[in-house]
Amino acid sequence: MDHERYDWSILPRRAPVKWPGGARLALWVSVSLQWFPLDMKGQPFKPLGALQTAYPDLRHYTLRDYGNRVGIFRVMKALARHGIRASVPTNAAVAVRYPSLLQKLASLDWEIVAHGLDMDHLHYEGMADERALIQKTLSHLPRVRGWLSPAKSESSQTLELLAEAGIEYVCDWVNDDMPYEMRAGGRTLWAMPHSGDIDDAQIMIGNRHDEDEWRDQMIDQFELLYDETATQGGRMMSLSLHPWVIGHPYRIGSLEEVLAHIMRHSGVWPATGAEILDAFKAQRTAQGASRA
Amino acid sequence: MKRDPGLYDYLPYLERPRIDWPNGARVAFWVAPNIEFYELEPPKNPARASWARPSPDVLNYSYRDYGNRAGFWRMAEAMDRCGMRGSVSLNVAVCDHHPEVIEACVKRGWELYSHGTYNTRYTFNMSEEQERALIQDSIDTIRRHSGQKLDGWLAPALTYTERTLELVAEMGLTYVCDLFHDDQPGPVKVRKGRLISLPYSLEMNDAISLSVNLVTPRRYGEIMKRQFDRLYAEGAESGTVMCIPLHPYLIGQPYRLKAFEDALAYITGHDQVWLATGREIAQHFADNYYDAFARASQPVRDL
Repeated sequence: MDHERYDWSILPRRAPVKWPGGARLALWVSVSLQWFPLDMKGQPFKPLGALQTAYPDLRHYTLRDYGNRVGIFRVMKALARHGIRASVPTNAAVAVRYPSLLQKLASLDWEIVAHGLDMDHLHYEGMADERALIQKTLSHLPRVRGWLSPAKSESSQTLELLAEAGIEYVCDWVNDDMPYEMRAGGRTLWAMPHSGDIDDAQIMIGNRHDEDEWRDQMIDQFELLYDETATQGGRMMSLSLHPWVIGHPYRIGSLEEVLAHIMRHSGVWPATGAEILDAFKAQRTAQGASRA
Repeated sequence: MKRDPGLYDYLPYLERPRIDWPNGARVAFWVAPNIEFYELEPPKNPARASWARPSPDVLNYSYRDYGNRAGFWRMAEAMDRCGMRGSVSLNVAVCDHHPEVIEACVKRGWELYSHGTYNTRYTFNMSEEQERALIQDSIDTIRRHSGQKLDGWLAPALTYTERTLELVAEMGLTYVCDLFHDDQPGPVKVRKGRLISLPYSLEMNDAISLSVNLVTPRRYGEIMKRQFDRLYAEGAESGTVMCIPLHPYLIGQPYRLKAFEDALAYITGHDQVWLATGREIAQHFADNYYDAFARASQPVRDL
């Protein structure tokens, strides 16, 4: 590698992973709750979904807030039908603004993942006082184990600062289909494979593919990963959603179709990010012990 | 600059007072044709260029002018065939430029509400005085040409100042189409008056769907049906609102009209749908649910 962050490792040459109950595929549904402020500055760049027009851009502000108010409840219903619990990358601003939504998530036993302060506080090289921003973000959230940086943007110090703040896993790096270990200033952080390439916002907003296309791509993703488990051990699939995208009335049916397709298969284990990571780590410890 | 427009409190979709529409309808359905006038050589606004190409932008200007000359007339007839009235989001200058179009709307019993004076005059950076004059001009022009009281507002080209909705409420309007945060109406927090946010839609808007998201006409028809199906299903629990915002220059193109009319016939063919105007939906909500929604809303605190 050209850096010391993690070790080089070839996906198909690793020891097969076994999931609890002999499951073939761990399904990790992630539902990001985001708030885009009206006075967005877009430093050092505007994330996907950012406000666009001259101030005040009521149009995009409210289109994004739709997810927190309406869309999330359609997603909840779709997941509840299959008994799926999600991980929820949450902007601290959402937790402060909509405490009843956080209570609802707690009552469902969903996992909260930190997702930065809001969608106009990206982490980037040269930013002012990143440690304070991380502390402030975490101070407004329940205790979390995972972190997803807004727009998956990091500075060269983000991982050290997150590890120092007690974060166990990050969802920013998209270079693997399975968890792996990262070095963060003498501590270990786990990289969790949180999809960016085929999340609903990237496909339907970024690429302008329609909701049927998104459904087909998710199903193709699932089919290939599921087939790989026949020869390569347990796999995981991340299904990354934004209620301001998938939560619209005309789109939510596509999520229902994706979930119905996946959950029809035997050996699918729907779990939160932390649960999947725990199962992965426990097994690595066991393997390490048996080798010794 | 504000981080939060402060126009509404938090009211989660699943924990609300139940809405019942007239006659047991599940969905209050309205169609909002944007009847617009774009100037060939508009005054310049520092916040936004009017045309994509150098002036005179012949292609883009004439594309929009097509709506009033040709597209409007066939769109209106398709709506007639489905028994659907329009709620016109009107650049009020059309009243002076093309009175025949206004007459055709009024004759059909359509509602006229304001979409500013011209779609090439943006609200960005207007003084309070200018903005008041803009709203007053809409009130007066619509009254003069149709006898109707102006009730609704959709900001011209979706351009605003921080005070737009305050002024609209203060000057006696009752609903706005500028907030896209919900599938049900809701109270807007203004100091004077009682203002309702009425779900319009950008997802169902032909300009966004066809010109921004570049979906095909038949696909657009399919999206409208899906949107309706879901809102119709959810409307069994509490009444929802669906709006189809249109632009005659887009939907009135011969190759696009059929897909729209098929979707419109599909929607209007259901029995538990209220074929309404914006004013009627806003009024029903104001009379029956405004207070309950305001009471149930949760105050929002920023970081």
